[in-house]
Amino acid sequence: MAATPLLELNGINKGFGPVQVLHDVNLSVYPGEVTALVGDNGAGKSTMVKCISGIYQIDSGTVTFEGNQVAIHGPSDASALGIEVVYQDLALCDNLDVVQNMFLGREKKRGIVLDEPTMEQMAGDALASLSVRTLKSLRQLVASLSGGQRQTVAIAKAVLWNSKVVILDEPTAALGVAQTAQVLELVRRLADNGLGVVLISHNMNDVFAVSDRIAALYLGRMAAQVKTTDVTHSQVVELITGGRSGNIGLPPEKPADFGGDVVDITPGGDK
Amino acid sequence: MTTTTTTAGGVKVVKPTVASYINDYWGRVRGGDLGTLPAILGLIVLSLIFGIARDTFFSGLNFANLFNQSAQVVFIAMGLIFVLLLGEIDLSAGFASGVCGAVVAILLTNHGWDWYTAIPAALVTGVVIGFVLGLLVAKLGIPSFVVTLAAFLAFQGVLLVLLGGGTNISTRNEFFNALNNNNLSVAWSWILAIVAIVGYAAAQLNAMRSRAKRGLVTDPMGIVLMRIGGLAVLIVVATVVLTQERAINPAINSLKGVPIVVPIIGFFLVLWTFVLGRTAYGRHVYAVGGNTEAARRAGIPVDRIRISVFVIGSFMAAIGGIMAVSRASSVDPNTGGSNILLYSVGAAVIGGTSLFGGKGKIINAVIGGAVIAVIDNGMTLMGFNSGTKFIVTGLILLVAASVDALARRRAAATGNR
Repeated sequence: MAATPLLELNGINKGFGPVQVLHDVNLSVYPGEVTALVGDNGAGKSTMVKCISGIYQIDSGTVTFEGNQVAIHGPSDASALGIEVVYQDLALCDNLDVVQNMFLGREKKRGIVLDEPTMEQMAGDALASLSVRTLKSLRQLVASLSGGQRQTVAIAKAVLWNSKVVILDEPTAALGVAQTAQVLELVRRLADNGLGVVLISHNMNDVFAVSDRIAALYLGRMAAQVKTTDVTHSQVVELITGGRSGNIGLPPEKPADFGGDVVDITPGGDK
Repeated sequence: MTTTTTTAGGVKVVKPTVASYINDYWGRVRGGDLGTLPAILGLIVLSLIFGIARDTFFSGLNFANLFNQSAQVVFIAMGLIFVLLLGEIDLSAGFASGVCGAVVAILLTNHGWDWYTAIPAALVTGVVIGFVLGLLVAKLGIPSFVVTLAAFLAFQGVLLVLLGGGTNISTRNEFFNALNNNNLSVAWSWILAIVAIVGYAAAQLNAMRSRAKRGLVTDPMGIVLMRIGGLAVLIVVATVVLTQERAINPAINSLKGVPIVVPIIGFFLVLWTFVLGRTAYGRHVYAVGGNTEAARRAGIPVDRIRISVFVIGSFMAAIGGIMAVSRASSVDPNTGGSNILLYSVGAAVIGGTSLFGGKGKIINAVIGGAVIAVIDNGMTLMGFNSGTKFIVTGLILLVAASVDALARRRAAATGNR
């Protein structure tokens, strides 16, 4: 098990105007492991992903990538580092084929002409490295693919660029049972290929099926980051819903947490 | 009888044979991906109807006329296809072509410029118009329908103002008037025909060879040869017809050769097809039309693409305007007006370009433009009045738009959007 994390977030704060979404969040992503990022709706999972991918700028805190502190100012910075995000809605163009989608925005060119043979070959290699053998043709329009195949294409697109960290936002949310299994297998294979994988999911079965570590966000705070083997299903649910479970998780809330100025709102207490 | 093969990286795919290729094509058509098929069928059926009704329809003179008559609509439609690919519309393209036509005519006739300065000036006018339209749509976020509707009205006014309230300006520059009236010599007609065939064959075979060299799946040789052969037959037959003497009285004024406008149409057909199909820019146009959000996340400058398609649209409208003025050897307040815009949109849609964005090719403008020209020309030969022609053309546009919408629905149903 690798000791140094590939990607490390330290004390990340992010707010939108008066609303503080992330409070001193830490997260470590290790190579060859699947880190599941769990949390209730509004816990700040998406905000955190967008901070890592450069869509949002962090207010304070440090991002360390492969031991070096880095600043991510935009999506291109993130992809230059080797961080790729597979969004929930996949961001594929239905009217383009598999190869065209995988290279969208980063086409290989010879002069001004697109180098289709090279792109097709690289796309084929990327799909093969994920042991995908279910496509009829690499020139098939994405519109004609099934949900699982689309997810596969979106993931293959992310690994095409020798990426080191792949973040998957709810990859199984819209899939049936068989396709979910296929995609989870693919997620596992990504990690086995040595990548750091962050899996955002609401589905505890998926989380326990593939993840090595679980990071639970609770109301913008990192409740705990634990090894999957050390916790039970119900403990994770407690972390998600309450921020703590037994001796892991956030400390119990004390009045001091609210800045000391405790306003007494007990009925009749103001008299 | 399908055999599988292993392509790049070991992904198993079906190796297509001629039969399976045709089968696949038919499957796509049934799945709602009609392409140019309805337009080509329509073109054949309409030509047969008019040809049977009037012998003159199939005369060489009329055949050559079709190119000159349809040139303006075809050029405007080529530009509109870029705009339509993004799911936008340019209603001002007709009068933009009129304004650019007026610019070239005024510079040639009133200011004594020569064609090599006047034509670029008109093209620059088109580019500026497109840039302003695109800026308003992309940066201010006004729907293109509204922006170009306003421009449609405004350009109509600009045209009137330019022409001093409605006078007619004639052009007497010989080169300029020749563009959409005269013909190439017989020798040049054949040279161009051969260059076109050889060029197409070389491009097809070269693409196939470079794919085969990498061990990628190629189209079956039979299909490639069929494509080359089909195009060769088409070009040779057309050239044979067009190089015959077609003047009613050849002693006075001999009339033979391919119209000059044909290679110009061919040039832009090849140019824009190349841009859309083989460059990153073209790929990005399709991507923005297919899924704007995905394109944005892929780092494609969506706003710049949006502005650029309006620039190309108005640039091609300027070329259309130049052709219209050349054809009539004059410009009047109705150049680019009346039915020109609707014919152009109709040409693109009938040719198979989707009004919903993301689907279309430049060849659609040529095939759709041919359908429109055949209807217009054939019905005139049969003595129908303008009213009936408008009604029929309107109905055909409606049919084409319905085919587009139904194909989309069918495609969605078969999971082939």
